[in-house]
Amino acid sequence: MRPRSRAQRRAADTAIRVAMVPSALIGIAVLAWILWEVIARGVGAFTPAFFTELPTPPGMEGGGLGNAILGTLLMTLLAALLGTPVGLLAGVFLAEFGPSSRIATAVRFTTNLLMGTPSIIIGIFVYSILVLPFGHFSGWAGAVALAILILPVVMRTTEDMLNLVPDELRESGLALGAPRWRVTLGIIFRAARTGLVTGVLLAVARVSGETAPLLFTALNSFYWPGSLNQPTANMTVTIFNYAMSPYSDWQEKAWGASLLITASVLVVTVLARFVIKDKGGRA
Amino acid sequence: MTATEERVFVKPPSEVAKQRRGEIEDASRLPVKVKIRSLNFYYGGQQALFNNSIDIPAFRVTAIIGPSGCGKSTHIRVYNRIFEIYRSHRAEGIVEIDGKNVLSPVTDLLKLRKKVGMIFQRPTPFPMSIYDNIAYGIKLHYRASRGEIADRVEDALKRGALWGEVKDKLSEPATALSGGQQQRLCIARAIAVEPELILMDEPCSAIDPVATSKIEDLIETLRDSYTVVLVPHNMQQAARVSDFTAFFYKGHIVEFGPTKKIFTNPDNKQTEDYITGRFG
Repeated sequence: MRPRSRAQRRAADTAIRVAMVPSALIGIAVLAWILWEVIARGVGAFTPAFFTELPTPPGMEGGGLGNAILGTLLMTLLAALLGTPVGLLAGVFLAEFGPSSRIATAVRFTTNLLMGTPSIIIGIFVYSILVLPFGHFSGWAGAVALAILILPVVMRTTEDMLNLVPDELRESGLALGAPRWRVTLGIIFRAARTGLVTGVLLAVARVSGETAPLLFTALNSFYWPGSLNQPTANMTVTIFNYAMSPYSDWQEKAWGASLLITASVLVVTVLARFVIKDKGGRA
Repeated sequence: MTATEERVFVKPPSEVAKQRRGEIEDASRLPVKVKIRSLNFYYGGQQALFNNSIDIPAFRVTAIIGPSGCGKSTHIRVYNRIFEIYRSHRAEGIVEIDGKNVLSPVTDLLKLRKKVGMIFQRPTPFPMSIYDNIAYGIKLHYRASRGEIADRVEDALKRGALWGEVKDKLSEPATALSGGQQQRLCIARAIAVEPELILMDEPCSAIDPVATSKIEDLIETLRDSYTVVLVPHNMQQAARVSDFTAFFYKGHIVEFGPTKKIFTNPDNKQTEDYITGRFG
């Protein structure tokens, strides 16, 4: 046996560095490129009219995507309202009340499947239960499709975040004579609140860019979303339609909408991180 | 709340208590707070406590010592049935507190846990303000006006020997306190719901020696109003703060008696070997 040589060690170190650093750079570069491209081509579309006006007929200049922006906001909000409470409660059940029960095991398994289900399948599924029977596309169906996408993400993050809370905290709440539900709501939720909020924000950010589920449910519209009971304008399907059109004005608007979605997701994600840093100071 | 108001909240280690520890008391002549008979405990299929029987004297500090893994924590976690939150944990036998078997299915768990406070190895401040930490338990068990709660919070913090350090920052998060302060906060929080018995599971294992000595002083004052069962984090601590000591080995109670006797003249060979450091 003889000691390893210093040169050998250094060579191995260099080799691994050479392999790692470019990989990391590629990851960042792709993101930067996307951002650059979206900003460069999209920012020109940002006029007051883009945010407030209805789209013009094909070939006509001007107009905006106000209806699509509003529609996306409405449906995403509604989806969050539908999906978040169910996801939170299910997560609480998985983490706090029946972690090793048979139902929990089954629920966890199906949740994983649901998370891996392509969103287009969710779209077709909702199409078959909420569009076909009623005979028309609707914003409600769009919101339900998005809610189904939010549900498993919120459920898993809730369970994971609650599992991070040490058992001693639960025990000391119970040892004071508090019933289980009060310990969960008053202590455990509070201890995990930043994680829970982050989970919900990230889930919402994720679905705000979904196109396939909306294509089969909300479809699109050239009008203001007067009622969610009819086809509802939204940004992602608009991007899909406009980007493939031959009109350069529409193509530019598609870039604008892409920039708007990217920027919103970025803002929500940064917000989520900010919440963590701001209030995450628990011990 | 009249019963508390009559009590004296902060006391230095009383002379009576100090003298008391100099002599060797006969446990069988003291009133019994907890009477345990043939207690067996199982983690799933694995038995952790075997046929434990012991009488814990009221208004005394009883220490439970023994090598790690011998069932000390397991034993005291039966008193308030906190073990029950884990499905596979099971206890059999009789654990009478003031003559009532707490293992009976008709026991009101919330009342039991109000009566039996517990302090854990690591401080467990709730993620809220110092004030709300103490008020949490009070609000659980009492309907009280804001003023009454404020008085009770102050009393509890005084009895927990923390008032002087926190009275100007009651609204700050409890997690900002030092480890030792957090542990005294947990003791004050337990005291605030007026328990009669306080269980302490190595309360000083996660804090520094100075903070430890403050908590030991605090335990000294607690014995005047409460019965304390303590799992100390070393034998010296048992010798310093306890009146009685039980020596556990592999889930059995080997010997129980006045601390002074256990440490100087134990009846059992195993106890002597452990005390003198021949094993453990």
